[in-house]
Amino acid sequence: MSEAGVSTLEIRDLRVAVEGKEILSGVDLTVPKGEVHALMGPNGAGKTSLGYAVMGHPKYQVTGGDIIWAGQSVLGKPPEERSRLGLFLSLQYPTAIPGVTTTNFLRAALKGQGKELPAREFLKLIRSEVAALKMDQSFMSRYINDNFSGGEKKRMEIVQMAILKPEMAILDETDSGLDVDALRTVADGVNRVRGDGMGILIITHYQRILDYITPDRVHVMAAGRIIASGGSEVVAQIEESGYDPMLRQAGIEAEAAASAAV
Amino acid sequence: MTVAAKDLTKDYKYGFNDGDEFVFRATKGLTRETVIDISRRKNEPPWMLEFRLKALDHFRQRAMPSWGADLSGIDFDDIYYYVRPADEQGRTWEDVPEGIKRTFDRLGIPEAERKFLGGVSAQYESEVVYHSIRKDLEKLGVLFSDCDTGLRDHPEIFRKYFGTVIPANDNKFAALNSAVWSGGSFVYVPKGVRVEVPLQAYFRINTESMGQFERTLIIAEEGSFVHYIEGCTAPTYSRDSLHSAVVEIIAMPGATVRYTTIQNWSNNVYNLVTKRAIAKERASVFWIDGNLGSKVTMKYPSIYLMGEGAHGEVLSVAFAGDGQHQDAGAKIIHVAPNTTSNIVSKSVSKGTGRTSYRGHMKVYPKAHNVRSSVRCDALLLDESSRSDTYPYMDIEAEDVQIGHEASVSKVGDEQLFYLQARGISEAEATAMIVNGFIEPFVKELPMEYALELNRLIALQMEGSVG
Repeated sequence: MSEAGVSTLEIRDLRVAVEGKEILSGVDLTVPKGEVHALMGPNGAGKTSLGYAVMGHPKYQVTGGDIIWAGQSVLGKPPEERSRLGLFLSLQYPTAIPGVTTTNFLRAALKGQGKELPAREFLKLIRSEVAALKMDQSFMSRYINDNFSGGEKKRMEIVQMAILKPEMAILDETDSGLDVDALRTVADGVNRVRGDGMGILIITHYQRILDYITPDRVHVMAAGRIIASGGSEVVAQIEESGYDPMLRQAGIEAEAAASAAV
Repeated sequence: MTVAAKDLTKDYKYGFNDGDEFVFRATKGLTRETVIDISRRKNEPPWMLEFRLKALDHFRQRAMPSWGADLSGIDFDDIYYYVRPADEQGRTWEDVPEGIKRTFDRLGIPEAERKFLGGVSAQYESEVVYHSIRKDLEKLGVLFSDCDTGLRDHPEIFRKYFGTVIPANDNKFAALNSAVWSGGSFVYVPKGVRVEVPLQAYFRINTESMGQFERTLIIAEEGSFVHYIEGCTAPTYSRDSLHSAVVEIIAMPGATVRYTTIQNWSNNVYNLVTKRAIAKERASVFWIDGNLGSKVTMKYPSIYLMGEGAHGEVLSVAFAGDGQHQDAGAKIIHVAPNTTSNIVSKSVSKGTGRTSYRGHMKVYPKAHNVRSSVRCDALLLDESSRSDTYPYMDIEAEDVQIGHEASVSKVGDEQLFYLQARGISEAEATAMIVNGFIEPFVKELPMEYALELNRLIALQMEGSVG
């Protein structure tokens, strides 16, 4: 158990393979509840894979190391159990479920987490969260993510996070594909829940979203491992000279940095 | 993700039997004498006996269909062709024999009637044992009875239409039904009358090795509207039963007929049904066809768009569990100009279940300006599940707009992961995906049936994750 106490996400020397190919080669990362960390890195560094591995996607086989949340290993637990323990993953490409309305989806999710609400309270809650993300109320009766634009899908992920109230959220490229207004709306949404003491890991390869959400710590990933960590000054460094100097320092060729791409 | 066959049988909650309940049962097997005896017991006019005997000849001459599902398990000599469960038909629920009443009570039939129906018919084995229609509908001239009563009490209407949409020699099983038919529904809606509440018929097979051959004839006069709903169940036995119905619909100019089926036979029933409708000028016919049960189903509801501006829709859903084959589809025949049609077929295969979509779309040369769309989607739940599509189009007119879309998908790992990552169990997530998939069908059903269908599917899905 770490010094930060039980409400910490600790990733220890994590190795992950997809179809026999190693994608994460010993990742160490600690995100305490109440802090916002950014995970940056070039395309194919393994950032998305890390999110999937934490949430328990069956395609991502853990071959070594451990993922510890609130003092216990979550390895071997199905995604629904990890969700019930307070973990959340906002997907880069959220999946459409035709025929299942947003309202029914959220009702089932709350029920699955044992957080069922009385009908009126429930509807009031989604109405206000949908409005907070500047989405039309009609999204409540639309099939979840079905024919949503990229930006609408991202906002809906944040609506879900606000309603499910996880303790630790991983936001995978929530900023990509958003225009400036949408980006600000999503960032406002994140900052709102941040105030509740949630832990957040923002995965991104641009600094854009970090203009609106100031991270406590920044980690840089390449070739399936963390190559640098620091404060928000790391963002400025990357903004100024890109990833190359850090990659060179870590002894990674630019091409190899993306070798983990799947 | 597999489930043993016995688990499915266990989940089939209508699989009970209440012991044999009959006042007369013909000996097993099909002979000329059986047919004559059925007709004699029903006191039928000579033309009907003649019709039956001709049909028997057709049945004997026709080969078994070789193009569809495997029917080699049917033993025509091991079937009871006629079982009379009671002497009298009940007009009140109290008139129904105790054993049969108990069966229907367990199936929730009188309860359904109290709630929202305009008329109820309940067929047990070969005969309708209970029948009622709301007084106000009766006063408007709406006829709703079993087909035998239709023949006896309204011979002029009955004879004019009977066998005109599906002739006795249409196919082997239509011929069989024509030879030994009994029960079913006769519906007549006078000109301009709108029957705003559904009429429901319930079909129950109780005897092992039973053959049920109900016959339904629906005539909707000019500008009228009617919604007819049928439900079917049977006990689970080790020997197979046969259900072979014929349904004929005539929609006169401007009439609208909706016909909804929720077929939930047990897994030992061969369900081989011929259903066909004729739509005259500006008439509309909707087949809403749900196939959940049976061992083998072969059923292709058809609509002949005979009059200008007629419209036809077939919306079907099939669910094939372990060992089941649902061979279902639709036929639309555009005979007249400016006719439109729409086919939506949704099928779900689970375990070793197999679904087939078999479609036939024909447009005659003089049918100008036809618009039609066909969409069939199949969902596979397991590696061993199977789905096939056999669309057939025969377009002889030039200015037609026809769209055809087909898809086969598996319950996707990504969809499952997404739902699970939000705290929903794998079993619940699979059921949600399946229910979402058939949602376009479910939303066409009256609320009570939509709830029932969702519940049946949840039962079929139970224990499927392991």
